[in-house]
Amino acid sequence: MTQQLIVYTVVIGGVYALLSLGFSLIFGVARVLNMAHTAFYMIAAFILFTLFSPVIGLKMNLIPAIIIAVVAVTLLGMLSYKLFIDRVREHHAAVLLITIAVAMAIQEILILIFHQDVRSLPYLVSGYTEILGVRVLNQHLMTLGIVAVIIIIVWLLLSKTKLGITIRAVANDSEIASLMGISVPRTLMIIMGMAAALAAIAGVVMAPLTTLYPTMWSSPLLIVMVIVVLGGLGSIKGSIIGAFIISFVGGVCVIDPLAILGGGGVYLNMTFTLLAMVIVLIVRPAGLFGTIFEEERL
Amino acid sequence: MVKRLLKNFRWGVLPVPGRLIAVIFFVFVFIFPLITQQPYYMDMMTYASIFAIFAVSWDLLSGYSGQLNFGHALFFGVAAYTSALLGSYFAWPTAATMIIGILAAVAAGVITCFPALKLRGPYLSLLTLAFPLMLLGIIMFFKEITGAEYGIPFVPSIADTRVGEYYICVIAMTASVLIMWKLTDAGSRYIRTGLIFHAIREDEIAARATGINTIRYKLLAFAIGGFFAGLAGVLYVHVREICTISTLNLTMSFQAIIWVIFGGIVSIYGAVVGVYVLFPLMYLTYDVQSFIQSISQAVPQTPALVPLVKILQFLETIAGQPILILAVIVILILLFMPEGIAVWIRDKIERECPRCKLTNAAWRRECRACGASLR
Repeated sequence: MTQQLIVYTVVIGGVYALLSLGFSLIFGVARVLNMAHTAFYMIAAFILFTLFSPVIGLKMNLIPAIIIAVVAVTLLGMLSYKLFIDRVREHHAAVLLITIAVAMAIQEILILIFHQDVRSLPYLVSGYTEILGVRVLNQHLMTLGIVAVIIIIVWLLLSKTKLGITIRAVANDSEIASLMGISVPRTLMIIMGMAAALAAIAGVVMAPLTTLYPTMWSSPLLIVMVIVVLGGLGSIKGSIIGAFIISFVGGVCVIDPLAILGGGGVYLNMTFTLLAMVIVLIVRPAGLFGTIFEEERL
Repeated sequence: MVKRLLKNFRWGVLPVPGRLIAVIFFVFVFIFPLITQQPYYMDMMTYASIFAIFAVSWDLLSGYSGQLNFGHALFFGVAAYTSALLGSYFAWPTAATMIIGILAAVAAGVITCFPALKLRGPYLSLLTLAFPLMLLGIIMFFKEITGAEYGIPFVPSIADTRVGEYYICVIAMTASVLIMWKLTDAGSRYIRTGLIFHAIREDEIAARATGINTIRYKLLAFAIGGFFAGLAGVLYVHVREICTISTLNLTMSFQAIIWVIFGGIVSIYGAVVGVYVLFPLMYLTYDVQSFIQSISQAVPQTPALVPLVKILQFLETIAGQPILILAVIVILILLFMPEGIAVWIRDKIERECPRCKLTNAAWRRECRACGASLR
């Protein structure tokens, strides 16, 4: 039971860390709450399904399928930023609504193509490895490896390269950054592309572990929002740590279904996760590691 | 009395197209059962009037006082569930359960307000988004009492006939829209709330500095918003006669926001227009679909007409997707008419006189009161 809980926490937490990293990046830099973030994750999973699934579809090799899925979703993210989000970026209610509308449109288009059926992918790699006496599926190990590599790449990119300095400058104060000769719209486009790519990678590694259906975007979206609020909106370290905390809470609710309460823990999962978010918002509005912006405070 | 009303109508309503449209709209709503009594269309108009109350209450809370509430379904659902539970377990009279349901929604508004007082912007939206979903989890957990996804059946209806239900809802809608319109009227001499809500939205710190107790007025905004959303909730559940979790889920919250943004935020009439345009549109998509289907079947099977049939089939598929249509409409409205369709149309047909600030029809050359040139 405990081993299961640990594996669940680490693997699901890793995927959520990738998802909330992208969500947090685009919020921290562009102040955009992108509700379509998990819709991009869903599209990546469906593209991988179409290209790779051994049952139907094009039956491509794994590596090209993954690359096509990630690149296509990145382009889609940048396109939707250019067409929709950029024009209403100043009003946060309009941004929330337009991204929800984009997500709903994506969901409906997927329903048109794939219908309401539930689909699943086989594990991309088979077998298991024994670590400290616990059998861990190779698929889980691969997921964790990809997550770790991607997080390190993003961290290096943000802290060591010139692009990273540009991004941090825009996040700090976009007007001053613009005066220093940084092209703010271009930086925001790059950030949106990065966020979409992170969502796509999360979708690709998550696809074999879960079932695919056209409304699968809504529940991860809530969890990602909780994680990002818990860790602090705009903080990368916060969203990674928050992801593991929340997946642990979720794991406790799912795997050890609150036996005293009569086994309805699955329903209370969302309630408890959201309660964690509400408490954090009330007690410490900046989250664990975030900085609150002066104009958003009272 | 009658003479004065006629005079008001002649000089105050007829020359201003916006007011004329409003009067025609209310007359149409009140005589609707004379036009058709088919249950399908009666249901559509009944639900539209209930959702109009709901959308306007969101506009009052979020548009006017600037507290962007993304979980407005909380008030709707709390009122609906309170009324349905009291009615089915204690068999209390319907009127009593409805009043208690509305009071429960007001209480929910006040309780939500306390954490919301500390937050702003996206943080407030996320916080309010969480509350109805938390309640949803609790309702799913106590499934012996609440019936979980099957809901509470056999909720008593408010009237014996459909026409009776319709008139109760329409009168409630007219009254609440009028009250909320008066409450948010910034130019009113008797009620200060409208002006104060505007002040809080524009600059809360400045409003405080001028001596307004902003906390009290935010609390008031949440209580009023909760009251009217609760009224909509109890009406909905007693018309539908079953109380399900659809009253609490995300779609319900976002529907209100979509209607208001579509019609025009920070204008009470915008919310009403939004509901009465979008709700029937969504409701009638299946009619449109079957209409297109009948056309495409009537088209003769000749090779020359194959593209036409293909286009018709495509339209038919699209018409079967109300949510897709809704999403596309929202995107287009936000991109091209960010102030909302009702406000956009009003700006096209009305113009304010530069000298005496009186509203005129856009096609007049000079002001109807002071004669100043409008061009």
